[in-house]
Amino acid sequence: MNSFSLADCTTVEAALSQLKNGAVIKAGGVDLLDRMKNGTDQPTRLVNIRNIAELRGIHETPDGLSIGALTTLAEIAENPAIRSQYTILADACGHAATPHIRNMATIGGNVLQELQCWYFRSAEFQCIRKGKDQCFAFSGLNQYHAIMDYGGCPSVAPSSGAVALLALDATIELKSASGSKRNVAIKDFYVQPDANPHRFNVKAEDELLTAIHIPKPAAGTRSAYQKYGEKESHDWAIADAGILLEMDGNICKRAVVAMGAASPVVRRSAEAEAALAGKPISMETAKAAGQASMTGAMPLSMNGYKVQLFPVAIYRTILLAAGQMERDPSAAG
Amino acid sequence: MSDNLPPKSPDSTPHAGANSGTGISRRSFLRGAGLTAAGTALLDGVQGIQHEAFASSPDNIKEYGAAGAEIALHINGREHTLRIEPRTTLADALRVGLGMTGTKIGCDRGACSSCTVWLDKMPVNSCMTLAIDAIGHKITTIEGLSNDSEVHPVQAAFVKHDAMQCGFCTPGMVMSCAALLEHNPNPSEADVRMAVSGNYCRCGTYPKVFAATLDAATRHA
Repeated sequence: MNSFSLADCTTVEAALSQLKNGAVIKAGGVDLLDRMKNGTDQPTRLVNIRNIAELRGIHETPDGLSIGALTTLAEIAENPAIRSQYTILADACGHAATPHIRNMATIGGNVLQELQCWYFRSAEFQCIRKGKDQCFAFSGLNQYHAIMDYGGCPSVAPSSGAVALLALDATIELKSASGSKRNVAIKDFYVQPDANPHRFNVKAEDELLTAIHIPKPAAGTRSAYQKYGEKESHDWAIADAGILLEMDGNICKRAVVAMGAASPVVRRSAEAEAALAGKPISMETAKAAGQASMTGAMPLSMNGYKVQLFPVAIYRTILLAAGQMERDPSAAG
Repeated sequence: MSDNLPPKSPDSTPHAGANSGTGISRRSFLRGAGLTAAGTALLDGVQGIQHEAFASSPDNIKEYGAAGAEIALHINGREHTLRIEPRTTLADALRVGLGMTGTKIGCDRGACSSCTVWLDKMPVNSCMTLAIDAIGHKITTIEGLSNDSEVHPVQAAFVKHDAMQCGFCTPGMVMSCAALLEHNPNPSEADVRMAVSGNYCRCGTYPKVFAATLDAATRHA
């Protein structure tokens, strides 16, 4: 790891005052230290926000939920209100990484993780996301890469929390050094690689992610998230599904089907959602939705298996959300 | 995916550069180096405290210069003073700075949890925690788990059930299992499996780890 100076801040205002001259924000530090140890990131100045008490905590509001950016994944996964009413988020945060990392990693850092691609995360490879004009994954080792919506970079979205937050229509609260505050819908928060290969999200360098707001789900909403990986623990998903169902009896009034490891930016499948809307939830409709989710899939040379895996992840998670199936013992985490 | 790790950069440890081949064992060399560092830190503390860490800054910003600073860490019930750089991880501060080599570094990326210590009784990866972030917290390492007269029930159960082979993962494994019993004195096997799901054991001792922890729970309660 390179040498750096550090400003340990205890208020939001203090931290914002330090966001200049290329200073990089550190919270839990899990993803940042990983990239610094890899040598892909070498900041000479860190702004430590880990000790800002006002950024920590889960607050229920009349409109829904407000989660401070420093709330850890473990705190979210164990919160009774989130487990009962926002099950999809408890599932996603409770199955990320390992128990140890979930005790350290924050929800803000989870959604701000940089993309997963072993070429991008290696200092040996200078790729399109690092200002060059080359992608090594298309002709190289791409078994964990994207199968949809990838344009010039088939990296995959790394954040399982973001899959749940997309399904829940969350907004990201950003405060800037100039004193302004804005809320960005999570569907608009991430940047597609072809729109700008050098940006992963719309947060500016002088902005701090302070909170995540989640509207209260409609009555009759049920939800679940499951991820599938090569290993039972620690690893990122090779396929995952975040499902939210607004039920009226056994009829699904509205469905949300969110996916993470299929594309560089977390996505919803309009085709899968249409396959469920207005129908009862059953093995048949769930499997049809799973198949529909692969509309437009263009697997690379080594990841054709994902086209089989995603439909399974999605139909089993639909049935889990509907209460018709137990948690899949072969799901990771 | 997490297997794609480039070689560690040689400067990843502030005190790195210990090169055996002189007849001194790696461990004794590092322990000596650690004691030297701690001694230096104590002297620095006597000589004055106007280091970079205390450069003038508002009350709500504490500045740590890249060259390093003296910090105090509360480890296993007592205060230790040592000099660190901002980039020093808690694992390196313990092992190299203080000579407490019970905590192991395996992957150095939070993937194997052999570096598990407790921060305020919560198991975390010390390799992915900056030493600066441990200031003000109660740190417990494998050295602090047992008291002088007897080992911790989890340690005794690991011996009884032969829950180790090469032993490299064992300190981290024990810290994870003991943390579980701190929070849940009567765990199920599923709880133990979850508690150690971040701990890699390449020898495959997991069944004995589960048995040992469940056995320890009955004695620990």
